[in-house]
Amino acid sequence: MAVSLASRVGGLVSLDARSLLGNNGVCKQAEQKSHCSVVVAGAPAFQSRFFVGDNSPYTSTSVVWRGAMTAGESKAGGGRGRGVVAAAGGEGSTATMASAPELVKPKPKAKPQELLVTKEEGLEIYEDLMLGRTFEDMCAQMYYRGKMFGFVHLYNGQEAVSTGFIKLLKKEDFVTSTYRDHVHALSKGVPARQVMSELFGKSTGCCRGQGGSMHMFSKEHGLLGGFAFIGEGIPVATGAAFTTKYKREVLKDENADAVSIAFFGDGTANNGQFFECLNMATLWKLPIIFVVENNLWAIGMSHYRSTSDPEIWKKGPAFGMPGIHVDGMDVLKVREVAKEAIARARRGDGPTLIECETYRFRGHSLADPDELRSPAEKAHYAARDPITAFKAYLLENNLVTEAELKAIDKKIDDVVEDAVEFADASPLPIRSQLLENVFADPKGFGIGPDGKYRCEDPGFTAGTAQV
Amino acid sequence: MAAAVASQAVAAMASVAGIAVSLASSSSSQVARLQLTTPAAPSSFGIGRCHLLTRSSATSDFGSTAPKKHAVSKVATNAVVVINSDNYGSALLYFSHELLLFEALREGLEEELDRDPTVCVIGEDVGHYGGSYKVTKGFAEKFGDWRLLDTPICENSFTGMAIGAAMTGLRPVIEGMNMGFLLLAYNQIANNCGMLHYTSGGQFTIPVVIRGPGGVGRQLGAEHSQRLESYFQSVPGLQMVACSTPYNAKGLMKAAIRSENPVILFEHVLLYNLKEKIPDEEYICCLEEAELVRPGEDITILTYSRMRYHVTQAAKTLVNKGYDPEIIDIRSLKPFDMYTIGQSVKKTHRVLIVEECMRTGGIGASLRAAIMENFFDELDAPIGCLSSQDVPTPYSGPLEELTVVQPPQIVAAVEQLCMRG
Repeated sequence: MAVSLASRVGGLVSLDARSLLGNNGVCKQAEQKSHCSVVVAGAPAFQSRFFVGDNSPYTSTSVVWRGAMTAGESKAGGGRGRGVVAAAGGEGSTATMASAPELVKPKPKAKPQELLVTKEEGLEIYEDLMLGRTFEDMCAQMYYRGKMFGFVHLYNGQEAVSTGFIKLLKKEDFVTSTYRDHVHALSKGVPARQVMSELFGKSTGCCRGQGGSMHMFSKEHGLLGGFAFIGEGIPVATGAAFTTKYKREVLKDENADAVSIAFFGDGTANNGQFFECLNMATLWKLPIIFVVENNLWAIGMSHYRSTSDPEIWKKGPAFGMPGIHVDGMDVLKVREVAKEAIARARRGDGPTLIECETYRFRGHSLADPDELRSPAEKAHYAARDPITAFKAYLLENNLVTEAELKAIDKKIDDVVEDAVEFADASPLPIRSQLLENVFADPKGFGIGPDGKYRCEDPGFTAGTAQV
Repeated sequence: MAAAVASQAVAAMASVAGIAVSLASSSSSQVARLQLTTPAAPSSFGIGRCHLLTRSSATSDFGSTAPKKHAVSKVATNAVVVINSDNYGSALLYFSHELLLFEALREGLEEELDRDPTVCVIGEDVGHYGGSYKVTKGFAEKFGDWRLLDTPICENSFTGMAIGAAMTGLRPVIEGMNMGFLLLAYNQIANNCGMLHYTSGGQFTIPVVIRGPGGVGRQLGAEHSQRLESYFQSVPGLQMVACSTPYNAKGLMKAAIRSENPVILFEHVLLYNLKEKIPDEEYICCLEEAELVRPGEDITILTYSRMRYHVTQAAKTLVNKGYDPEIIDIRSLKPFDMYTIGQSVKKTHRVLIVEECMRTGGIGASLRAAIMENFFDELDAPIGCLSSQDVPTPYSGPLEELTVVQPPQIVAAVEQLCMRG
């Protein structure tokens, strides 16, 4: 069943999925329909929702998205236990507040028809989560052993967001990311070997060693980068979405439905490019999803110290698109929200802004001493490790056996080991590679004093020519 | 009679170009067909590398072996030799239609929009308004709102958006309403436009054209009078060209759109109403080549964009004073056409650069260094460089005039350089 982003229907302000669903699991509003989905009524009938989802193994802390505050700090109106704010768009309906325990009762084991994933999907998700975690752990090891250099930003703890969204995409769909892009690349299908080689700076890397940790690109897998400056990738994703729209409107290609997802952090949500692209995406109804991985920290800058209104999802409706807040430590919740947003984009209804509450277990980068975050906050989120939670979900609902999970663990270990071996054995770039990709058309190097194009000079490709 | 004159001119032109010619008879007195008996040698001036060789210039100066002005005024003044890469064996010489520079840009853009459905224009007021300088007038009606995309005012983001579109299969032409506004897009232009092809290991191409009017206008104030060529020249991966005549405006526009590289096409606010005859047939200009404006023996004057006209004006005075300047419009600001420039330096041994860029870190500064590095032994005098003052362009007329190089200064500089060595 799909729970869609509901509009205000009959004045109802829904707070969680359960209230939309009757006891038999069928959507109340959709009783006339043969499928269970709630239709978004009318054009800009947006409603921002705090999406809880049905089958979370978590207790009340999972909905407290401000639960990570340090002792003594209390932001405007904030405080522990305040769980939910849902604001309807448009004609002033009242926001309803519920306390967390009210909202999320202790979960009974889910009945089979309420399971959110099949066994195959579950194994795929688990494998992707483990790949992300294991790979990043190996990166840390390799970095400290001097195999990779520069700035390396690891994704530990945030895997649910990458897996939740990207595993629903097709190969033709596009993803942009920030410098924290290893796991986005892996989820999108870039082989671990190519990513590790790129990190080692070898010519077999996905960018021939020219990009590095912060610039993962893959044309084959639709990964449009990997950007070091935050905010920079959002317009690029918007452009990819524009191409899809252009193909439909101008080139009359009815099959063009590639969706773009832009991943970025809480710090980026204060950047001009973010707002400019929200505007353009709604204006032209571009098939793009803006995913904010709100891990509460931009290096050492707390989200609450830098943002006037910390609730980023609210900025969606300000630009005419749905704004969703979801628990980014729960891969199933993320997946449900992602399904709806991707479907919305694909059918041409436009963009969505999704804020995922998540957390990075490591520092901003491997060079970050990570002294500002409180141990209590770290412990809180460590207890919500997405992999542990999903594993528990799979086992409790008898979707898989321990042995199958262990087999996946082993498989992933082998994949990552193999990636390291491959990267180690790969050659470093040779000198002639230096100038090869500066221009797509190497005539751009110009005409030399001898009258020939510089690129026609044999010394040019050998890397010994003067430019 | 006209045919005889035409054939004379053609023969003269061909001899300059170093190719053998036999003339076929033509039915139209206005068209002569050249049969080239040898393929053009790559080292000959301009032919073979370019899809089009031009001798077109508004002032009808043609080449040192050209017939006298009065004898060929009917033919040579606006004549152009067209060598199509598809048919190296023949060339067409013909008269053509007259238009203004902005119309030439428009024509070039329209032809490319017709030719390739993935070409689109992205910028402020390019659609319904027809472009702030009317370069896209009428296009939205013809091609639709998606191909002439009117953007909100967010240069950084719509430039980035165009780059993302280029990476995924489109060929956007990004218009900066004024070149200066693209300072807001510097992030995207430097990081993504210039560098993304490289950092992706060659996976993604960015075939965008970034164009717009720049340069010092008539009392537009400092922010609207900027010359961005100096700011962008260091960005690796970008090509920069500056158009100066209707002919090269159309040719460079078309070539830039067809190029796989990101190209910045610098137009000048004061040149949009220049009138010239251009060929009826399709042609493109070579992005990497310079253009010979006036051949000479005494000194090489290198210039581009609006300063070309200050130089040609100064040349009249210089000619009267007995000097013979060779004027080259470098056209390609990045990379420099070191061949054309070098050939000229080897001939005249003196160089003067006249540009509208700022003195510090401008195109002239780079060009000076490149010439010194490559042709030091050919020089009889230090390379002169006349640039704009390092001053934010003032609003007041007399002050504004003082910031930009004027013809008397050019004359004085030539006289000074020619006295040395």
